[in-house]
Amino acid sequence: MTFDPSAIRAQFPIFAGANGSSLHYLDNAATSQMPRPVLDAVIAFETTSRANVLRGVHRLAEAATEAYDQARGRVARYANVPAEEVVFTSGTTGSLNLVARAFGDTLAAGDEVVVSGIEHHSNLVPWQMLRDRRGIALRILPVTDEGRLDVSALDRTITRRCKLVAVAHASNVSGAVTDVAPIVAAARAVGAKILLDGAQRAPHGPIDIPALGADFYAFSGHKMFGPTGIGVLWARREILEAMPPFLGGGEMIRTVTLEKATWADVPHKFEAGTPPIAQAIGLGAAAEWLMRLDWPSVTAHEMRLTQRVLDGLAHVSGCRVIGPSGLQGRVPVVSFTLAGAHPHDICQILDAHGVALRGGHHCAQPFMDRIGVAGTTRASLALYNSEADVDALMHGLSRAAAQLQ
Amino acid sequence: MSDELYQRAILDRAKAAARAGRLPSPDASATVDNPLCGDRVTIDLTLDGGRVADVRHHVRGCALCQASASVLADAAIGQTTADIKAARDQLKSMLGGGDAPGSPWQELGIFTPVRRYKSRHECVLLPFDALSQALDSPKSS
Repeated sequence: MTFDPSAIRAQFPIFAGANGSSLHYLDNAATSQMPRPVLDAVIAFETTSRANVLRGVHRLAEAATEAYDQARGRVARYANVPAEEVVFTSGTTGSLNLVARAFGDTLAAGDEVVVSGIEHHSNLVPWQMLRDRRGIALRILPVTDEGRLDVSALDRTITRRCKLVAVAHASNVSGAVTDVAPIVAAARAVGAKILLDGAQRAPHGPIDIPALGADFYAFSGHKMFGPTGIGVLWARREILEAMPPFLGGGEMIRTVTLEKATWADVPHKFEAGTPPIAQAIGLGAAAEWLMRLDWPSVTAHEMRLTQRVLDGLAHVSGCRVIGPSGLQGRVPVVSFTLAGAHPHDICQILDAHGVALRGGHHCAQPFMDRIGVAGTTRASLALYNSEADVDALMHGLSRAAAQLQ
Repeated sequence: MSDELYQRAILDRAKAAARAGRLPSPDASATVDNPLCGDRVTIDLTLDGGRVADVRHHVRGCALCQASASVLADAAIGQTTADIKAARDQLKSMLGGGDAPGSPWQELGIFTPVRRYKSRHECVLLPFDALSQALDSPKSS
């Protein structure tokens, strides 16, 4: 099994469409593109098996339920966890809010939740809302200048009152991959649970969640070559069973009387209402497609391109990389600032050169405040990117610098 | 092509940064954020007989936002609250495809290339929003 980036790229129709060959898509940390097998799975479901799941006995309903269950199994294999521990949600934000409600509402005044200073707003705001609802305290694990969690501050941040540590597995701004082991150890030492926001880690290869030692893990479909509107919350079975449901409605109950209801088994207890069925099937297809790749080769390719970005930026006058300077412990996400040039102006000019970037605060305003900038420009790579994409980025940047600086 | 967006007139105006800074004792101030990008504009102003006597702006934002603040700060001198709100409405209308405003706001015409970039309209409007907000909440004297 070998990895050929151009053969991979050929599987993505968006690069074959009008202007596709000149599209240098480097905004993968926001949303990645979908390969043909994912699109085919969605279309096949919608055209041959579309029905509601888990209820009907007619043949379409049976086929839909089977496809939905199969998708859950595929996602579970991607994360190396049992299928009944995989809860389908609307995305990482949905997963984190589920935990903030179902687990968070079991907390009381005096309890503490720890997040870090580089979290995406989706792993900060739900905890702020929980704090205001339940009177818990929110403590912040500081971040280093390289955009990594400062593990030297673990002891003073995670106290005996801590009930949950919720941090990014990989940063959507700095690209730093969190060294999970010391955080897990610090949380375990005080009996706290650990949640990892894996949205930025999930697109970069199968995840061995049990090896990480976390209690909760969240990720999104659309960042790992699947559809939007679908995501995953994983938690160990006993935790899912102990948590009260988040949303009430159909498909999450066992019996209902006018007075009360009892809950369906996990994971269905947390999947009230008709789920995003086609999206789940698409995510399952994405997981299956990803699992067939030669990951050491894919990772080597992603890191080679990341090095090319870092090397290129080192030659741009006034450029400051916000994040790790090397390849150790990082995903292929590179943020930077350019003296005298605003990220949105840079992105607008790069768009004219066919390069799709993201500029702004990346839903991480506290980290922007921490490093003293309003925003950064971010190039985020995926397995279908090429040297030509990086070279287009560098060419566009030199043009933008000439215009703006 | 996006290169058209960054015409000399806009970039020069952004770099000129007319009336950039803060006023030591303003009659009114306001800070407005653009939630999309985190850009922030702070406007200080003094009033004389219901008209803007002086304006300063502090912009943490893109070239479009800086250029807009720069044009606004020059053109707002001597204008009433109603004049400035009318100019803001005319600017918004121009970005939506309408005509460029007349004197003393004709220089806002440099932003006509922004019309086709809807995600950037707020960048141009943000300084006007900050000035409008400041005018709505003058300090009691």
